Amino acid sequence: MGRFVVRRLIQSALLLFAVMTASFFLVRAAPGGPELALLNNPRVTQEQLQRQRERFGLNDPLAIQYLKWLQNALVLDFGRSYGYQLPVVEVIGDRLWPTFQLGLFSYAVGLLGVPLGVYAARHHARLGDDVVRFLTVLGSAVPTWWLGLSIIVLLNSLIGWFPNGQGTEGPWDWFRHILVPAVLLGLGGLITFTRFVRSEVLEVLSQDFVRTARAKGLPDRTVDRAHVLRNALIPIVTLLGYLLPAVLSGAVITEQIFNWPGMGKLFFEAASSRDYPLLLAMLMLGSGLTILGMLLADIGYGVVDPRVRYS
Amino acid sequence: MAVDARQARGSGAPHPIDAATRVTPAPRVRPSRGFLSSSVRRFAHDPLSVVALGIFGLIVVITVLAPWLAANVLHSSPEEFTRTPEGRIATLQPPSQLYLLGTDELGRDNLTRLLYAGQVSLTVGFLVAFVSIVIGTSLGLVAGFYGGRADDLVNALVQFVINIPSLFVLIILSVLFTPSVLSLAVIFGLFYWPGTTRQVRGMVLSVQGRDYVDAARALGARDLRILAVHILPNVASIVIVVAGLDVASAILGESALSFLGFGVPVPLSSWGNMLSGSQDTFRSAPWLVYPPGAMILVTVLCIFLLADGLRDAFDPRIHE
Repeated sequence: MGRFVVRRLIQSALLLFAVMTASFFLVRAAPGGPELALLNNPRVTQEQLQRQRERFGLNDPLAIQYLKWLQNALVLDFGRSYGYQLPVVEVIGDRLWPTFQLGLFSYAVGLLGVPLGVYAARHHARLGDDVVRFLTVLGSAVPTWWLGLSIIVLLNSLIGWFPNGQGTEGPWDWFRHILVPAVLLGLGGLITFTRFVRSEVLEVLSQDFVRTARAKGLPDRTVDRAHVLRNALIPIVTLLGYLLPAVLSGAVITEQIFNWPGMGKLFFEAASSRDYPLLLAMLMLGSGLTILGMLLADIGYGVVDPRVRYS
Repeated sequence: MAVDARQARGSGAPHPIDAATRVTPAPRVRPSRGFLSSSVRRFAHDPLSVVALGIFGLIVVITVLAPWLAANVLHSSPEEFTRTPEGRIATLQPPSQLYLLGTDELGRDNLTRLLYAGQVSLTVGFLVAFVSIVIGTSLGLVAGFYGGRADDLVNALVQFVINIPSLFVLIILSVLFTPSVLSLAVIFGLFYWPGTTRQVRGMVLSVQGRDYVDAARALGARDLRILAVHILPNVASIVIVVAGLDVASAILGESALSFLGFGVPVPLSSWGNMLSGSQDTFRSAPWLVYPPGAMILVTVLCIFLLADGLRDAFDPRIHE
């Protein structure tokens, strides 16, 4: 087990390193070169350009530039944001908490899929299961951004109000502002969890030990609790990790639609205003979190399921 | 089964012991007409799949015929800024007999735009699936068939791509280099091939372990022959299903990217792109909001049902 963890950690570190290298070259491959990316002002004179090149170290050999970039990245110095004129780390830091709120809430929504999946499995080949399966297929075919937009338009025409930004006037206001975006963001997770739990429970229900438990005369309640659920819910841990990158990407869309002041909206604004230092830093952050999510999911799987450890 | 010697001699009424030990005749089995025809037959017998195929086919035909339909049936074009009888530009008109789905903020007929946008969205979807299949199948075959270091290399590549947050990279790429439909589709496809590779590799590994492959090798068949005759047909069925799912995901993904404004470049419109304007406009013009998303929903739903139907059709273990 220990060796497995160490191997995955090294793999993740290498991945992060690869992503950092790729972004370094990405900026330099843009048309207009790194000057475009780092200077963001098309009307500089030649002299100013030369001075800026010197200042950003663009005249050093590529290897030196690369090492300096790595060095800076490791101490989380990603420069100053163009739009905010503040260090990038500060700008992102301000937005972390709202995104965390939204993310946590949407995870909670996603976890509602567990009881739903169990319900569907118990009512297999009956109406309950058919309804749930129909809803999951429908839910995975609908574009979430369109659903959000439609909800806004609908709410507006029905009650003249729609959630816009964070609610600042007390807990109820906060709640009614976060509810719709969080449900939208958590929808994908909800569907994934429902499908997954349903198929897991169905598989466990067909196992011999469940038949044995029932044959022993144990009440259904006990069989469910001690045998079925305990085994079927093991892989949920891993899904939580895999959900993280999906929530990150989904947040960009959801926060933009509902004007939620989080990292997703920040990324969108940075892209619209060509704020390259901010963009790159967020790419690093996004990749880092994605890698972390996958890592935790894989390690978690090894922890909860002894069968995986010895492969 | 050994023929009873006395029955073979054709003696009169069967001996009671013979009657008791005679085996009931086997159920009549329909002779197989080949994998493809059996699959088509299975598919045709599933009403849901047939309906999905019909609707999807209808959508494709209508989008392909968009220019003809716009010119001859609707008498408008996507760039035309339609005018009211008084001569003003007809911006934000609700649906009426003249404009079946209303007009947008620039006065363009919504239905016409919907049809033309469908062309772009479907094209991107198919292109992405194509890229994903080409890269994914070749890498999956190599990884599964040759194993060893090739497998490790492919897996490392798969891990790398999976761990990149695709939306972030797509947005940044779109900001650095303005996308075209082709470049957008190719880059998109680069995020979809790992899924295909995994499926293909799994299928190759499972086919490789089967007895008939061992037999072929024992008879001296070379790698290429085994690949072409045994592995490829099995892989083809799963690739078709994965391709279908890729088209659906690509349509959804492209629409999200275009909605944010980083996908299909503006003058060209796609189903996602049609709604990337200001939200204030849409709050007062709901007829603009519902059609594009509804088209995406119906199209993607049909593709999902189709893919499910195909998967079941290709699976000979489900009873006819």
